[in-house]
Amino acid sequence: MTGATTPETGAKPKTSRDWDMAAIAPFVALALLLVLGYFANPSFASLANLTNVITRSAFIAIIALGATYVISSGGLDLSVGSMVAFVASLMIMFLNSGAIADPVMLLACAMLLALGMGAACGLANGLITTVGRIEPFIATLGTMGIFRGLTTWLSQGGAITLKDRELQALYRPVYFGSVAGVPIPIVVIFVTAAIAAFVLYRTRYGRHLIAVGSNEDVARYSGISVNRVRTIAYVVQGLCVGVAVLLYVPRLGSTSATTGILWELQAITAVVVGGTALRGGVGRIWGTVCGAFILEIVGNIMLLSNFVSEYLIGAIQGAIIIIAMLVQRSLMRK
Amino acid sequence: MSMDASDPQPLPNSQPLLQASGLSKTFGIVEVLKDIDLSVRAGEVHAIIGENGAGKSTLMKILAGNHQPTRGEMMIDGQKVSFSGPVDAEHHGIVLVHQEILLAPDLTVAQNIFLGRELGRGLTMDDRAMREAAVKAVRDLGADLDPDTIVSRLSIAQRQLVQIARVLLVPHRIVIFDEPTASLTPHETDALIKVIRDIRARGVGVLYISHRLPEVKEIADRVTVLRDGRLVASQNASDLQPSDMARLMVGRDVAKLYPDRQSAEIRETVLEVEGLDVPGYAQGASFRLGKGEILGFAGLIGAGRTELMEGLVGLRPSRGAVRLNGQAVRFSDVHASLKAGVAYLSEDRKGKGLLLSKDLTVNLTLASLGKFVRGLQIDRKREREALDRAIQDFDIRTGTKEILAGQLSGGNQQKLLIAKMMLLDPQVVIIDEPTRGIDIGNKQQIYTFIARLAEEGRSIIVVSSEMPELIGICDRILVMRSGRIVGEVTGERMNENEIVGLATGISAGEAA
Repeated sequence: MTGATTPETGAKPKTSRDWDMAAIAPFVALALLLVLGYFANPSFASLANLTNVITRSAFIAIIALGATYVISSGGLDLSVGSMVAFVASLMIMFLNSGAIADPVMLLACAMLLALGMGAACGLANGLITTVGRIEPFIATLGTMGIFRGLTTWLSQGGAITLKDRELQALYRPVYFGSVAGVPIPIVVIFVTAAIAAFVLYRTRYGRHLIAVGSNEDVARYSGISVNRVRTIAYVVQGLCVGVAVLLYVPRLGSTSATTGILWELQAITAVVVGGTALRGGVGRIWGTVCGAFILEIVGNIMLLSNFVSEYLIGAIQGAIIIIAMLVQRSLMRK
Repeated sequence: MSMDASDPQPLPNSQPLLQASGLSKTFGIVEVLKDIDLSVRAGEVHAIIGENGAGKSTLMKILAGNHQPTRGEMMIDGQKVSFSGPVDAEHHGIVLVHQEILLAPDLTVAQNIFLGRELGRGLTMDDRAMREAAVKAVRDLGADLDPDTIVSRLSIAQRQLVQIARVLLVPHRIVIFDEPTASLTPHETDALIKVIRDIRARGVGVLYISHRLPEVKEIADRVTVLRDGRLVASQNASDLQPSDMARLMVGRDVAKLYPDRQSAEIRETVLEVEGLDVPGYAQGASFRLGKGEILGFAGLIGAGRTELMEGLVGLRPSRGAVRLNGQAVRFSDVHASLKAGVAYLSEDRKGKGLLLSKDLTVNLTLASLGKFVRGLQIDRKREREALDRAIQDFDIRTGTKEILAGQLSGGNQQKLLIAKMMLLDPQVVIIDEPTRGIDIGNKQQIYTFIARLAEEGRSIIVVSSEMPELIGICDRILVMRSGRIVGEVTGERMNENEIVGLATGISAGEAA
């Protein structure tokens, strides 16, 4: 009201364009890491190694795409790690049940089941936080315990393993195969990210999601159904977990009570490192993908070099999220 | 009237406490203040007025040590000073009462007053001494507050008193008030003016920033007018009428603040509300709104006007009958009311109207995105065209279209909000506090827009605490008190006395 923030008197008129620095930062960081990796160990830069690293980042990258939706809407989902374990366990049990004779049909149905269960788990999270009006942190802390507990119960404390050799052989290429020389998990990352980016940046729902995360009241006063938008974000998160499960099961063919532990924190780290604001209102899809790559590449460089013990990977990842936040804040102040 | 920028005849035996000369401030390449001379004497109220962006707050921030001047100097008691920060300014006896309430809502009155300078006894705090001192500090301001009340339970006016008490605890010789009455009711404003007079009577110099010119006329001894960072006049208040002040601020004649309107004719009813209850806020509200009519809602803050409107459009639970064009309607949320053609523009522009951290396009189209979707995608080209049109139709002044909504001035934010809702082509427009915190030039424009919307055949409800504006633009005014519509004023009876009488319960009035 007193003019300090009006363009005439503001220190340096800041426009929407100025935020771009924060959007570019993760990509600059990724480029620097690649250079650093090359000097640490030239074999790091080999195509085989890089492809391998990116393939391994697929689970976190895809889950983090969903987390970008939830976090942009002003929410949080801590349950995704145990959701992976729960959905993957159900999928393997369904495959083991042999409910359908034709293995291809069985596999197709199992995949649909994984996606459906993921979406259903996400819907549960969404309804508990919106209709139940429980803080997302608490609500998903609760479902995190529930999904984890159900997995432990289903596996009776042991492992749930895909038994049928034929199914294993049939399903294996989904993780280990490639399309035109590109490993399928990498294809899935980019296709999922492209869809996520289209929906977030180009559609009405995406705009509404950002509005809700930016200021819930403004969204409601503009006629947007805040609960619906938020709930759908959790469903998107659940679907992404389902997609990650589709890649996870052919890789290991087995789940246990410890499957996916701490994945939720890695996903959140990837989102934040990618430039999405934890308070909501800003979502950066490609930043998230970049963040997931950064996490995996840091680990890989540590393995390949002798500077730092690989047992310190957790500590380094923790440091990365703090550094990313500091960099983002200093960029926004400019 | 003299346009001379030098001091008018100084009061006898009154050496300035503070004398600033040639103050200039440049941000980047923008010169926001240029060659400002200003003096404050003991025992006077010196008002600084000007439109938003005129440089008032930059000037105050320099005086209070938040900014360093680019050029110019300040003298206190004839000694040259420069402040390294607000604390340094406080050491020189200059304190600032911020416009925003800066209190910790979960702490008590006493805890807030002493926050950061708690009285101690060894390692522990002396709560009793602080409570007693807090009671005295508040009583000195003519109020009576329990020092143990949690601040979030206080009214805005009471919080402001706590904030003033907190500031006055610092030994001071000059107090700067930055738009202290912006969110106060007329009654609360009167009480505050009395407090400021008491402060003045103690020989303290007061700098008083405000938009509200009648109030400036009432309290100020001297008035300095800023426009575009320059001092355009500095005169004894007795020589200036509010209309003169307005002209000096805007740089043109604004005598005609309100647009001409056709006299009210018998109109077909568009909206009919019967016995609407908004539990906890409003009871049994019944009224009709005609096509092309501007209907005002007056009342004190807390009378339930905003809540009634929010209940009407589905933002709060409500009971009762609402008919739109004769059809019974029930709005369960804003989506439903907007779809039916009833738009509500919140009084809280920044909190509920606009996404301050998003650009103008996103804000403009947020409520009507459906109109901009082609296939699955939002058509950004059409969005940009809509922004161009809105900027033209509603005279939104911005250097660049890339700016964020939060960087617009209050007046331009309100214009953007009106443009946003007009994209929905609503039949009924409810505008809550259309000109709160908006300077006089923009006010005039917004009144013109409101009149234009009515001429286009839309039906308008204006909720406002500013009676002159309701009287100036409305065809009829309904007055609310304690959640009920207690009367209607039209024609000859449309004057402030009549409205205040109804709003405060002094005169009974007939139920509308």
